[in-house]
Amino acid sequence: MALPPYAGPGETLWYYSFRFICGAIFLFLILPVVIVVPLSFNVEPYFTFTSGMLSFDPEAFSLRWYLDIFQNGMADPSQTFGWNWIVDSWNNAQWVHSTKNSFFIAIIVTILATSLGTLAALGLSQSDLPYRGAIMGILISPMIVPLIITAAGMYFFYSDVGLAQTYTGIILAHTALGTPFVVITVTATMISFDRSLIRAGANLGAPPPTVFFKVIMPLILPGVISGGLFAFITSFDEVVAVLFLSGFEQRTIPRQMWSGIREQISPTILAVATILVFISICLLTFVEILRRRSEKLRGITPA
Amino acid sequence: MVDATINNGNKSDGLLTDDGQSLKAKLALATRRNKTKAFLLVAPLLFFIVITFVWPIGVMLYRSVNSPQFTNAFSSTAVVIKDWDGQGLPSEEVFTAFVADMVQARKDRTIGKAGTRINYELPGTRSLFTGTARKAKKLEAPFKESLIAVNEKWANPEIWAAVKRLSSRYTLSFYLASLDLKYDKSGEIVTQPEDRQIYVTLFLRTFWISGLVMLFTILLGYPVAYLLSVLPLRTSNLLMIMVLLPFWTSLLVRTTAWIALLQREGIINDVLVFIGVISDENRIQMIYNQAGTIIAMTHILLPFMVLPLFSVMKTIPPSYMRAARSLGATQFTAYTRVYMPLTLPGIGAGSVLVFILSVGYYITPALVGGRTGTLISNVIAGHMQQSLNWGLAAALGALLLASVLVLYWFYNKIVGVDNMKFG
Amino acid sequence: MNKTLKYGISAAVALFVGLGGSAWAKELTVVSWGGAYTKSQVKAYQEPYTAKTGTKINSEDYSGGLAEVKAQVESKNVKWDLVDVELSDAIRGCDEGILEPIDPSILPPAPDGTPAEKDFIDGAISECAVANIVWSTIYAYDKTKFKGNAPKTMADFFNVKDFPGKRGMRKGPKPNLEFALMADGVAPGDVYKMLGTPEGVDRAFAKLDQLKDSVVWWTAGAQPPQLLADGEVTMTTAYNGRIFGAVASEGKPFEIVWDGQILDLDLWVIPKGAPNKEEALKFIAFSTDTQRLADQAKYISYGPARKSSGPLVGKFQDGKIDMAPHMPTAAANMKVSLLNDFAFWADNQDQLNERFTAWLAK
Repeated sequence: MALPPYAGPGETLWYYSFRFICGAIFLFLILPVVIVVPLSFNVEPYFTFTSGMLSFDPEAFSLRWYLDIFQNGMADPSQTFGWNWIVDSWNNAQWVHSTKNSFFIAIIVTILATSLGTLAALGLSQSDLPYRGAIMGILISPMIVPLIITAAGMYFFYSDVGLAQTYTGIILAHTALGTPFVVITVTATMISFDRSLIRAGANLGAPPPTVFFKVIMPLILPGVISGGLFAFITSFDEVVAVLFLSGFEQRTIPRQMWSGIREQISPTILAVATILVFISICLLTFVEILRRRSEKLRGITPA
Repeated sequence: MVDATINNGNKSDGLLTDDGQSLKAKLALATRRNKTKAFLLVAPLLFFIVITFVWPIGVMLYRSVNSPQFTNAFSSTAVVIKDWDGQGLPSEEVFTAFVADMVQARKDRTIGKAGTRINYELPGTRSLFTGTARKAKKLEAPFKESLIAVNEKWANPEIWAAVKRLSSRYTLSFYLASLDLKYDKSGEIVTQPEDRQIYVTLFLRTFWISGLVMLFTILLGYPVAYLLSVLPLRTSNLLMIMVLLPFWTSLLVRTTAWIALLQREGIINDVLVFIGVISDENRIQMIYNQAGTIIAMTHILLPFMVLPLFSVMKTIPPSYMRAARSLGATQFTAYTRVYMPLTLPGIGAGSVLVFILSVGYYITPALVGGRTGTLISNVIAGHMQQSLNWGLAAALGALLLASVLVLYWFYNKIVGVDNMKFG
Repeated sequence: MNKTLKYGISAAVALFVGLGGSAWAKELTVVSWGGAYTKSQVKAYQEPYTAKTGTKINSEDYSGGLAEVKAQVESKNVKWDLVDVELSDAIRGCDEGILEPIDPSILPPAPDGTPAEKDFIDGAISECAVANIVWSTIYAYDKTKFKGNAPKTMADFFNVKDFPGKRGMRKGPKPNLEFALMADGVAPGDVYKMLGTPEGVDRAFAKLDQLKDSVVWWTAGAQPPQLLADGEVTMTTAYNGRIFGAVASEGKPFEIVWDGQILDLDLWVIPKGAPNKEEALKFIAFSTDTQRLADQAKYISYGPARKSSGPLVGKFQDGKIDMAPHMPTAAANMKVSLLNDFAFWADNQDQLNERFTAWLAK
């Protein structure tokens, strides 16, 4: 949007002040995300910049909080680095333990949510489905109901059936919370999907499974994958249900961060946060690539 | 369209397929088969969500009206006290049943639960129940006198009125408590004393803060979405990352960042002190209060406003504005009369989404809310985990859920769930 | 809920993902509050116990309260063998039948032969619980902020004029109401009597009103030393062991004011249906003997629950600081002090919590 040639001085002023306002809002959006990165290299146990950091004194920076991620909870943190150190850290360090949990839970959740959600989206996209509105409402509900209510309900129910404080319980809870994202994303892909392709496939003699894997799947795959990524990040970030359902054994990264912020505030949390920011950048890039690929595939050229 | 043709075909004559069946029957069969197939595809997830999500929430909400802890322990008392008219003290028959129940409850270790339950109705009675139960075995008839001899509080009709109220396992008292109401001794519904009125205030505060967050996300989201929609694709894609990156970043990371920025010894205060706006002693309290909650929540929910606005604005052709200008409208008029009305659906969709999400917010207010920034969710969590008053937690949750469902219904009216998109 | 359905669902679900809980043999899961406190227990109890019996001990952290114990017991899915709880939770859990009764005769007598029931301080042994330590809520201040005129009494904590700066307080009525009344001149012996009357509660809240605008509220025990260290507050109520830890291990310039301290107990309890109940009982008997209780004081400044352990309390783990004067139970620290009244809080917790929340919101 270039400034039109007929713009008067008032408009020119507005044009530049508008850009300035937008710049400030973008700063507001991005500053909190990037600010944690330099802070996590602070040598002091504070949440703010020291004068040494501002003058770029190399003494003021350190990797000690990153080291702490691997050391905190080790049986013998003072031992010299070596194979035993790695084994000790892998088995005992609290953050390492919660990282393993987070990935383990999120990956299983992604698989479950993506398969269940994609199947359902295929069904939902058929106009023949009876009670479509009501069904859609139920399937979307985990996204709408406040998390605290979900967590409270699951806490009672999963305690009743003996699933509280088990990995199974958390996986089931997160799968329920993650499926709406898969359903919505895949349904959106299916809407722009040309259904005559299915009939064409069937006409040419392909049985339904072949049609699904050779025709439907390649076209909706970008939608399925980004739905899966949403399910992954939902589980990976979720903390309320984990607060209610997990025991010590099932602690995830957000659960560990939660108690860190509430109890023992140390810059280790900022180091973890920095790592998480990089993970989100990777996921975001991946989703963007997928989105553009799918637009290209379906011949939607950006206007 | 297709249906219409089929109906016409059927009406004119009984068309047959090549294997001799009526086309109508064959089509009906095909439709039915399609319906079943569609349903079978949806069924696994539907079943899964109903079992792991809908049912648990239903069971929890049932707790808000069902509280059998007292009747379980005092079952025979519950039967006989039904006949008491509420005047004076109940008959000796009630006292006899009561003491017998108490002895049994002490043996079964259910007295604690019953005492806790009646304490919700009448604060200060828990130790009366547990204390008397320790001596109940040694009591002798007439029980009315001997009970009052143990503790004169048993002569207070208010206690017996509470016992009678609890003699049914179904109760509305948790809902009353959620609305700062209670039963008085004669069973009338009255408001709680002023110094215990809290839940209505918290509900109102939750709606108020959600409203403010919604307003701020509109104010901040609108210009950004507009800019993104008019910039060339390459630039807007780059800037879009600034919106999407926070969206993909963990909630706890963003909350931590705001703590680092806003606290008294935090970055913003440091900068203000450094440039001399404030003195070191007068650092501004920006966190652990309502302001902190609103700032952090606005930041966290802003992408939910920008994305729907952006997708609506993207569909408005720039030629509309040019047309308005060429017809003589000023920039301002063209904007308010042409552009803005076209973006209303986006504002509506974004607002309801932001409002729904903020009404149920828990993590951020718990971490940065302090005294004045906590919301109803935090109280629900407190009753779940600390005071263990699960009935009240369920009743508060039910009210919160009801308000969210109403909002969701609006959302569905405005945009329809099908049009929801991310990223 | 229907039982068959219940087991059906859990079986199906367990098969579905192929994960279930597993039971351990000769293992013990001990749950406590985390941080320096858990470390002190590991050093003083767990490690010697493992050395003696070979039982593997899994140490878990929790943040207090009965919610998790209750959920485990009611779902018949108990994973914890032993939990360290506060007095009020020990009594309440026992009344509600979610804790195993503990026979005090399993506890060893004092070295001089005094039976355990006489050796433990009052209230330390109850139907379902055995105490290990006495801790207290005190207030502490940053020495660098009060040069010359240092606060000495509970009243000074509430005096913002002479002792300026923000205050840290626990977010909840307990034990702030007791502190407020003591600061207002009520003798410790009369505090709970006074709080039992509406006038007394009004008086306590009126006193708290004086501070309201200068309070930063904390929720977890690790926060107060952090608040002091960060300069967010100049004085804060805190658990005495946490402040001692910050001074002794990190050299922080904090000072504890013992005037008006409120004593409480931490006790071992066994959730009903604990998988290794017998082993847990043996562990309780081992960990609460005279020497073990005295040993714990080497790592944290909480007082042993046995009278006979008192004289055995030695030096801090660094070998320099004499621990006896840092115990809440030391005579000098007990001059103006109050023992937390469980029964009062069990009766009034709900209404005072509501009133406190309403007061905060105003």
